Amino acid sequence: MSATPVSHAAPPKRAFSLGRFLLEGRAFFALIAIIVVFSALSPNYLTVSNFLIMASHVAIYGLLAIGMLLVILNGGIDLSVGSVLALCGVIAGALMQGVELPFAGVILYPPVWAVVVLTCVVGAAVGAVNGVLIAWFKVPAFVATLGVMYVARGVALLMTNGLTYNNLSGRAELGNTGFDWLGFNRLAGVPISVLVLALVAVLAGVMLQRAAFGRWLYASGGNERAADLSGVPVKRVKITVYVLSGVLAALAGLVLSSQLTSAGPTAGTTYELTAIAAVVIGGAALTGGRGTVRGTMLGAFVIGFLSDGLVIIGVSSYWQTVFTGAVIVLAVLMNSIQYGATARRG
Amino acid sequence: MTQHIKGEVVMSARQVTKTYGAVQALKSVHFDIHRGQVTTLFGENGAGKSTLMKILSGVIRPSSGEIVLDGQPISFADANHARACGVSIIHQELSLAPNLSVRDNIFMGREITGPAGVNFAAEEAEVRRLMAELEEEIDPLTPVEELRLGQQQIVEIARALSVDSRILIMDEPTSALSAAEVEVLFKVIRDLTAKGVSIVYISHHLEEALTITDHAVVLRDGAMTAYAPRAEIDLEWIVRNMVGENYDLGSPPEGYDFGDVALSLRGLTVPDPKGAGYNVVDDLSLDLRAGEVVCIYGLMGAGRTELLETAAGRLRASAGEVVLEGREISHLSIADRIARGLALVPEDRQRDGLVQTMSVGQNLSLASIASFTKGLFTSRKAEQALIDDSIRKVTVKTAGGGAAIGSLSGGNQQKVVIGKMLATDPRVILLDEPSRGIDIGAKAEVFKLLAERARQGLAVVYTTSEVSECLSIAHRIIVMHKGRISAEFPATASKEQIMAASGEAVAA
Repeated sequence: MSATPVSHAAPPKRAFSLGRFLLEGRAFFALIAIIVVFSALSPNYLTVSNFLIMASHVAIYGLLAIGMLLVILNGGIDLSVGSVLALCGVIAGALMQGVELPFAGVILYPPVWAVVVLTCVVGAAVGAVNGVLIAWFKVPAFVATLGVMYVARGVALLMTNGLTYNNLSGRAELGNTGFDWLGFNRLAGVPISVLVLALVAVLAGVMLQRAAFGRWLYASGGNERAADLSGVPVKRVKITVYVLSGVLAALAGLVLSSQLTSAGPTAGTTYELTAIAAVVIGGAALTGGRGTVRGTMLGAFVIGFLSDGLVIIGVSSYWQTVFTGAVIVLAVLMNSIQYGATARRG
Repeated sequence: MTQHIKGEVVMSARQVTKTYGAVQALKSVHFDIHRGQVTTLFGENGAGKSTLMKILSGVIRPSSGEIVLDGQPISFADANHARACGVSIIHQELSLAPNLSVRDNIFMGREITGPAGVNFAAEEAEVRRLMAELEEEIDPLTPVEELRLGQQQIVEIARALSVDSRILIMDEPTSALSAAEVEVLFKVIRDLTAKGVSIVYISHHLEEALTITDHAVVLRDGAMTAYAPRAEIDLEWIVRNMVGENYDLGSPPEGYDFGDVALSLRGLTVPDPKGAGYNVVDDLSLDLRAGEVVCIYGLMGAGRTELLETAAGRLRASAGEVVLEGREISHLSIADRIARGLALVPEDRQRDGLVQTMSVGQNLSLASIASFTKGLFTSRKAEQALIDDSIRKVTVKTAGGGAAIGSLSGGNQQKVVIGKMLATDPRVILLDEPSRGIDIGAKAEVFKLLAERARQGLAVVYTTSEVSECLSIAHRIIVMHKGRISAEFPATASKEQIMAASGEAVAA
């Protein structure tokens, strides 16, 4: 309404408030608390090797969560990532088995790099379908990606007839070995999957903070109409975030099937929910426009370290589900406290 | 119901004051509402009409002063309490559920229930009785979305009557109605007053309001400037009290020649974006020269917003061309039009202008990201320079570019939206109601800024629904009525001439 209270222009340096400090750094403090508690409960928790193992588990969720963050910053949601992960894993598995071309009478064994590229292209294509449905045909993101979630899962099941590809190692004489590199190898002691996650996180962070695209994304997620009238190509931004989410899901699918040395059509079920949880725990607003890669990474590590910690101390997996749920509810509660306070100050 | 004498005072505002922080939205407003009579609140945007209305209807409470109902001071806890005391409000944006029937809307939230659930028959009978009372043939089972807007308003009135409202506050009830629907509404109002219902009426449409009102309350900048019965007032009296004697919004910039035609709209026709089947802009042509300031005046629904949005690229025209500096640009996107030098400052700054999740600086730089992007990355230094420059040029009062956009006052937020578009270095700027909801001081600053830029060769188009704002910096005043230009005046025109051409006289 018109009667806006006069702005007591916020002083640049606000008095230090412990409550506010804890609230804004909540994901970080939660992670510290998790590490402290489990280190006290189990001597095996606080070791370098355990941390690296846990980090390689986090890599899968983390990759999905970064893609999810981009979509959520845009004010959307991508429920299809778990299925895309499975579909891409299966496609990678199929490519590793060799592609038979009946008309030429040959079986092609593409090298691993080609498998990775083709799989990512498939992920991008599925993302593009999501993006076009949402941006051009105005299908609500929830519905569009829900539909694609079922289709992608169904295609993955059809491709394998419900079975799992178990032999992904390739054969030296065919020149397609090395698929397990992603999931098993280490550089300077750090699993490749963790390095991939770190690289993707840095790239996404730089893109959000420094590239024009990042600004477009924050603006169109915060107020799409205003962004549109300011010359931001809002449709292009929207399609792009779903494509990126698809590519990252494909990457996560490659990492997972490499870690498991098998590609099954039922992999990644409900992973989309874990990715959403990581983004929310990281402080992003589901309404769009607010959130950071750093927060999302913290969110992914909170979920990963919590569930692995519960496994290590031998808590039943049913309790793990309860704990994870409680953390998510708490995170959303904190988010609404933080953003509610901001809105009231305005 | 007890019989009351018509004209007796039922409700009064006693020295009602409302402050928000340091801003006084209402200053000692003092007037009476009489039984069976219409009291109209006049005032420009931001004069305090809506604040007063919210106080009368119990939505907010006054900071000091009191409301007296039937001789007893009363403090409404909320709008429901006020409604229970017989005071109902009908908002400009109707609060009906379009998917539900008339019957269900009228009894929404207070259904008549029996042992077998909702007693639909009793509800329906009651609605039929109300409609007969209002002499309207609206079937209780019709979904509200199938009714015309005027009929929907009748449904709102019926709902207010169904809770035995004695005082009905109506906010801009005619703004979206056709002349025929206005007639129907006025007949209903006369019937209601004859039955002893008091009406508090708010309208921008001065002449129309004059035909129905019994008393006039005029507000300006939160203070009541005049209060008089109908017999003592006329249109000129209202305008004088509304805008004040020394109300200066500047004068058209002089001492230079206009350049070539910067923007040319040729035979522009725009169908209603909601698909109502008529043209909101109808074969309209307009030429605008560099350095010229043109004001478009018209009532709500005259097609001003649609005209500007079509020129800027948000809406598509069904016929006609938009020509910017000699080049046809109808097929270009909004972004391309901005790049070519055509910028729009939208009407609703909260909905279309600002990104609330971003800082003041990020809002200011939003439309010119390309200008500080080198290769893949944005340059922080170049962006900061642009932000500082904008804050200085449009005189935004802010703690700095990093402040939250919500920390600014309405006038400063508006300056941010204008500054954002000026930062794109436009050749033509279109401003849709740039003065809406900002105080007089900020208005004067905005107009001064636009006049300065016009002197430097910027072509400026702004729309307004306040006549006094037409006669400020505009070289030329264009009056729109039903999607067409109904008249064109030089800067020397009088307020009465302009208002007459806007269709205000036609509808009355």
